[in-house]
Amino acid sequence: MTSRDEILSKARAALSRNTGDPVPPPPAVLLREGPTEHLVEQFTAALEALAGNVVVVKTCEEAQVAVDKALNGRTFIRSTGTRDAIAQVEVGITSADYALADTGSLVMFTESNESRLLSLLPPCHIAVIERSKIVACLDDVFRLRPLPGARSSAMVVITGPSRTADIEMRLVRGVHGPGEIHVIIIDDVTRSP
Amino acid sequence: MKTPDVTAALGDKKLQLAIYSATARLGERRRETITSDHEELRQYAHDIKKHTLDHLDFYLEQLERNVEARGGKVIWAKDGAEACAFIQNLARKRGVKVIVKSKSMTTEEIHLNEHLEEVGIEAVETDLGEYILQLGGEKPFHIIAPALHKTKEDVSDIFEKHLHSKRETSPEGLTKIARVALREKFLEAGMGITGANFLVADSGAIVLVENEGNARLSSSAPKIHVAVSGIEKVIPRAQDLGVFLKLLARSATGQPLSVYTSFLAGAKREGEPDGPEEFYLVLLDNGRTRLLADESKRQSLYCIRCGACLNHCPVYRKIGGYNYPWVYSGPIGKILTPQFMGIEHDPWLPFASSLCGACGEVCPVKIEIPRILLELRSDKVANDPDRAELWSFKVWAWVMRHPKFYARLAPLALSAAPPVGPVKKWLSQRDLPVPPAKSFRDLWKERSK
Ligand code: SF4
Repeated sequence: MTSRDEILSKARAALSRNTGDPVPPPPAVLLREGPTEHLVEQFTAALEALAGNVVVVKTCEEAQVAVDKALNGRTFIRSTGTRDAIAQVEVGITSADYALADTGSLVMFTESNESRLLSLLPPCHIAVIERSKIVACLDDVFRLRPLPGARSSAMVVITGPSRTADIEMRLVRGVHGPGEIHVIIIDDVTRSP
Repeated sequence: MKTPDVTAALGDKKLQLAIYSATARLGERRRETITSDHEELRQYAHDIKKHTLDHLDFYLEQLERNVEARGGKVIWAKDGAEACAFIQNLARKRGVKVIVKSKSMTTEEIHLNEHLEEVGIEAVETDLGEYILQLGGEKPFHIIAPALHKTKEDVSDIFEKHLHSKRETSPEGLTKIARVALREKFLEAGMGITGANFLVADSGAIVLVENEGNARLSSSAPKIHVAVSGIEKVIPRAQDLGVFLKLLARSATGQPLSVYTSFLAGAKREGEPDGPEEFYLVLLDNGRTRLLADESKRQSLYCIRCGACLNHCPVYRKIGGYNYPWVYSGPIGKILTPQFMGIEHDPWLPFASSLCGACGEVCPVKIEIPRILLELRSDKVANDPDRAELWSFKVWAWVMRHPKFYARLAPLALSAAPPVGPVKKWLSQRDLPVPPAKSFRDLWKERSK
């Protein structure tokens, strides 16, 4: 008997079940509604509370200005790059698929074909998103994308800068991931993203 | 019977203060993030865990199908030896010399690092706390805050000795030293090993929850990602994570959400610029199916390793994480250890509790830890009754029912409780309160004169 079959048959014996016994449906899913108004303000407040920076601009041109300001002359890569190149730069610039108003989080699916490592290896991460990407809460993402792995090998939820409290419970930012996060929101209601 | 020597921990003022303040702060933060619907979320999480474990065979098979549909591979391991052998072989076949690891109690349970070292593979712990402990040759002190007993001076000593860094006693500076040293390892490693906070059956995915980014790095920088998980970590649907992620972040560190949640479904797909090329999920039994068979204690397997029961336990908060006999400490360790290792392994363990009930109250998945402790106590007594203790309680009960004898014996006992036989054994783990100068009976007599 393979280990697989042995583990499964032990589990069945423990539960007094036979192969192929029916399974009742699991308890109904519990997904909450989040805030419905002032999503940009809530997002901003939540991310700023975690020491992230948020800038709201009207147009793509203004967004570029905001990116330059956040970059402040540092080296960067936008959207994709090789691992070794990303490891060398100071800033990674990405988009995001959703942003969560209640927790100030960014949600990124790998199907966007941006490098996962851009929001991870450089000491600073800048995300540029359209206002329409902001949803109320993580439960909304699970409502919209009940199977996050269907088209992406990874979904990552990022809530503020990387942090640790492993030395004397003192909060330190930027331990392995970026210690600095900027989110630039393009609030252009006249143009669809 | 092996009993731990807790005297050293109790007498160490620095350590007592460190445990007390860390656990108090974690507990306080937890309370601050608890919402009014907390009870409803806990009940949901409990019900989901119950449903999944009651039909575990079904969900494991569903998980396996979906992991493989996403191009991942599932390896079933009956015990630690099988799990370690698989990883050793894979590393050897792929020529892997350095492995980066992110915090996983499951790999502690099977001593994976030691097994990798044996075959000449360097396995580096990358969670800051775990890294400090690995360099210093120690084990995790707490599930969530593994190095909470180390001061910044201790950390500096360890870094000076092993990384040849300069004296540095600010947490910021120390963190930077570790960041630089570990960054090299991440880029050099041929394999990343992580645990899994959740396994998602309908998605064939694993979920990693963390604050530092080392689990993200371990699972996306090297070419090969191996996740090692106990079979009990499975949940039915991705949508269940809505509740579990909130409960875990709040109960563990008092955050609304942890900094990074990674939902990982297989290796990188076509068109994706990075991510691992190979993904393996090692499903570990190592005694879990045996626990499953005991219906009234089955819920011990619901644990999501949040650490809240440790932070609220008056015993853990005094003796710390090193005085428990196995990898899992605190209240959850007290119920898991006897069930995994057999009650004979450490028969005293379920008795080392005041049964205050705090652990059961804070547990986000509503494991009735105090009830399970009581059951384990009766298992121990049924298994191997301590005759001397039984006999002394019988005598005690008889004396208590006979007031005349009690009146004569009590003053004797107060003045000179002889520390011999069962009394001596009993007192070896307990402090006797200093008796008052006059007993209640004496005072009563005096007053009624
Ligand atoms: S038993 Fe409950 S409180 Fe303790 S670590 Fe597990 S989930 Fe958390």
